[in-house]
Amino acid sequence: MKIDEARNYHKIDAVIVGAGLAGLRAALEVAKSGLSASVISKVYPTRSHSGGAQGGIAAALANVGEDSPQLHMFDTIKGSDYLADQDIIELFVNEAIKTVYEFEHMGVPFSRTEDGRINQRDFGGHSSPRACFAQDVTGHVLLHTLYEQCLKHNVLFFNEFQVLSLLIENDVARGLVAWDIRQGGLHIFHARAVLLATGGYGRAWKVTSNAHANTGDGVGLVLEAGLPLEDMEFVQFHPTGLYKHGILLSEAARGEGAYIINDQGERFMKKYAAAKMELAPRDIVSRSEQTEINEGRGIGGKDYVYLDLRHLGKEKILQRLPQIYDLALNYLKVDAIKDAVPIQPTAHYSMGGIPANAHTEVIRDAKGTVVRGLYTAGEASCLSLHGANRLGCNSLQDAATFGRIAGIRMGEFCRENAYNDLPAEPLAKAQAKIDRLWQAPGKEKHADIREELQVNMTKYMGVFRCESEMLKMKAIIKELQERYRRVAVDDHGAAFNLDLIEALELENLLSFSEVIVEGALARKESRGAHFRTDFPKRDDGQWLKHTLAWRRDGKIVLDFGKVVVIYPQYQPQERKY
Amino acid sequence: MAKIDISVKILRYLPGKDEKPRWQLFQFAIEDEATILDVLNEIHWQHDGTLSYRRSCRSSICGSCAMKVNGRNVLACETPIHRFGTKLKIEPLSGFSIIKDLVVDLEPFFAKLKRIKPYLIVDKPLPDKEFIQSTAELQAIGESTLCILCAACSAACPSSWPNQDYLGPAALLKAYRFVFDSRDDGSDERLEIINDKNGVWRCHTIFNCMEACPKKIKITDYLSRLKVKVVENSI
Repeated sequence: MKIDEARNYHKIDAVIVGAGLAGLRAALEVAKSGLSASVISKVYPTRSHSGGAQGGIAAALANVGEDSPQLHMFDTIKGSDYLADQDIIELFVNEAIKTVYEFEHMGVPFSRTEDGRINQRDFGGHSSPRACFAQDVTGHVLLHTLYEQCLKHNVLFFNEFQVLSLLIENDVARGLVAWDIRQGGLHIFHARAVLLATGGYGRAWKVTSNAHANTGDGVGLVLEAGLPLEDMEFVQFHPTGLYKHGILLSEAARGEGAYIINDQGERFMKKYAAAKMELAPRDIVSRSEQTEINEGRGIGGKDYVYLDLRHLGKEKILQRLPQIYDLALNYLKVDAIKDAVPIQPTAHYSMGGIPANAHTEVIRDAKGTVVRGLYTAGEASCLSLHGANRLGCNSLQDAATFGRIAGIRMGEFCRENAYNDLPAEPLAKAQAKIDRLWQAPGKEKHADIREELQVNMTKYMGVFRCESEMLKMKAIIKELQERYRRVAVDDHGAAFNLDLIEALELENLLSFSEVIVEGALARKESRGAHFRTDFPKRDDGQWLKHTLAWRRDGKIVLDFGKVVVIYPQYQPQERKY
Repeated sequence: MAKIDISVKILRYLPGKDEKPRWQLFQFAIEDEATILDVLNEIHWQHDGTLSYRRSCRSSICGSCAMKVNGRNVLACETPIHRFGTKLKIEPLSGFSIIKDLVVDLEPFFAKLKRIKPYLIVDKPLPDKEFIQSTAELQAIGESTLCILCAACSAACPSSWPNQDYLGPAALLKAYRFVFDSRDDGSDERLEIINDKNGVWRCHTIFNCMEACPKKIKITDYLSRLKVKVVENSI
C-alpha cells in the first residue's frame, strides 16, 4: 500500500505542533484564512502550560499609568541584559497592543479599571503598570478563549499525539510523524508548512515550575534533524517557586505589593536593587534570594525565604490573587492572609530555543538561511526577543503575537507553495524509536535516569554556575545518555502507554540538556540568567553574541551570531535597578 | 517530614485484554506530605510502569488529573493523602468509558462543549480599543471563567450517568459564561440549544457538581440562573 492511501495519513496545509498560546493563535489565523489547519498536541489544548501563566500579558495600553511602546521596548532590552535583538523587540512592542485588544474582542475576561477598561498592574522590570491581567489566572483565560475561537473556526485537533520525527529533506519541511497516545500507532502528517510551538524545557530540572509535559520535545526534534538551537544556556529561574514543589506563585503578588524577606525579617532586595526592590527582573531577584540562602539567611538557615503578602490584607489577596492563596493553602497548608509563604528559585522559562527570524521562519545558520516551510513560535523559539533574561508578562505576549505572525506567514507560504514530496521511508525513524524501547535488552528505568538528570541539573546548572560544576554535569549527561541506550519500558501496549511516552521524552531531555551545558561552559561571562561565579562580569567585547549549537557526529558544535542593535540610545550599558 | 506506610488500591483496566476492571493493591512508604499524584508517580516510576493516568501542570490549573479517590472526585495533583488517611482507593471518573486504567475517554465531554457555541458572538462593530465592561458586569461571569474543564462535575452528576446526550454541568456552565457576558450577542441561539430535555432542564439541582468542582464554582446556582433566562427569553 502506498503511504498516502494509509489510514493514518493526513494531508493538511498547516500542521501546528503544540496547543498552547502560540500554537492556537497560529492555527486560528490559518483557519480564518480558509486553509486547513491542524493542531497536534500531547495533551488536550486546555491542558497546555500557557494556562499556568498567572500574572498578565504585557502591552503599553497606558490604561493605568503613562506608557508607550518605546518604554516597553527599552525595558525589554535592558531586561534582556542587551542580548535581545532590537528589531524583534520593536516589532513586538507595537504588535503587542493589537494582540491584547484582539483577545478582548474574543471575549477574554480581563480585570477592569473603574471606568471599565482593561486593568493593568506593575510587574518586574517594567517601568509602568503594563501587565494586562485577569485576576491571577491570565494564562488560563487566554488559553481557554483561544481554544474556543479555534473550535469556532473548525481547527482540526489531534489531541494526545506525540510527535516523534520531523520530515525535512534538502532544507524543506514536508511534515512529521506522530504517535497516537490514546490508541497507539504512527500517523503521517503531510504538510505545506509546519509550526513548532512545543513550549519550554523546564522538566530538565528537579525544582521547576513547569508541567510534566514541558520536556522540550520540539527542541529535541530540531537537534535530531541536524538543525541548530540558539542561546540554550539562558534559562530563567523564577524567584517565587513554592518551596519544595517548585510550582509558580506569580510575580503578580509582588506587583500587588508583596515583600520577600529573609530569616531576619529583612526585605533584602534593598541590598541588591534598591530602586526596584522586589520588582527587579527575575534573574536579579533569584540571584539575591540564592545569595541570602547560601550565606545562611534562609528561614531557619534552610534553603528558602518568605514571600510575605500579609500587609496586603484579606480583601486584596482574595480579590486579586485567589489562585496564589489557594496554592499556598493546598500545597503547604500556609494561609497567606495570616502567614508568610516559603519560596525558593525554580526553573521556569527557556529564553533559548529554535532560532527563527522576525517572520518566525526557522533558520539553520548564523547567516540566517531559512529552512523552507518550517516555523516556530512561543517558548520553543528563540527570535531573540528575551535575550538573556525575559521580563514577566512578555511571554504570553510573545506566544500570542508571534503565534499570530506565524499564522499569517504560514498562510502566505501555503498559498504560494505546493506540497513537497515526503522522504522515502517516512515512518522509519519514528518506528525505530518505538522498536528500540520495546525490544531493548536492557534493564535501565527511564524514571531513574530522569531523576538523576533533574537532581543534578538543579544542583549544577542553577542560578549560579562555575566551570568545575558544569564539567561534572557534562560527564553525568554523557553517562546518562549511555545508560539511556539500555532503557526498557514495562508497558508494551498500544493504548495510552504513559511508560513509552515518558521514555521517548527522556531522549529529548538528555539531548538538549547537553546543549545547555556546552553553551554555558563556552560563555565565559555573566549575563542575565546565566551567572558564572568564575566570570562574574558581563563581557560585551567577547560575548555580545548569540550561541548556536548543533549536534554533529555525537558532539555539540558551536557557532555564534550577531546581536541586532539598531538604536544608538539602546547600546549596551550598565544594568542597574 | 516523615514517611508513612500507605496501602493503595487502584482500579486497573485495559479494554480488549481485561474482561472487566480489577483492583490492584500497592503497599509502600511515602512522605506524609505527598499528594495523590505523588503516589501515582511513585507507583508508575518505581513499582509498575504499566500504570497509566493523565497529569501535567501539578498546580490545579490544567485539569488533566481529575479522578475518584475514596469515592470523591478530586484533582490528584492538589490533594494531599492526609485528606484520606493511609488507605486509598483510586479509580477513574465515573460516567466515561475507560481507555486504560485511570484514563477515560473525554471526547464526548469536549464534543458537548462544542455544541453550545462556546465562544463570544459579536454582531456589533468592534471598537478600536476594548469593549467597556464594568467590574459588576465582569463579576457576573468571573467565577464561571475559572472552569478548567477537568470533567469532575460531569462525572459526579447522576443526571449525566444514564443520559449520555445530556450536555452536563461543564458545557452548561460554559453556556452561562457567554450568555451572561455583557459583550455577547449570541444569547438567543445559545438559549435555544440548551432549552431542551438534554439541555438545562435535565439538571435536577442535585448539587453534586458543585461539591465535586475543584475550583469551588457554584455551578448549580449558575445553571439555575440559566433556566430563568431560558424562561424569560421564551415568554
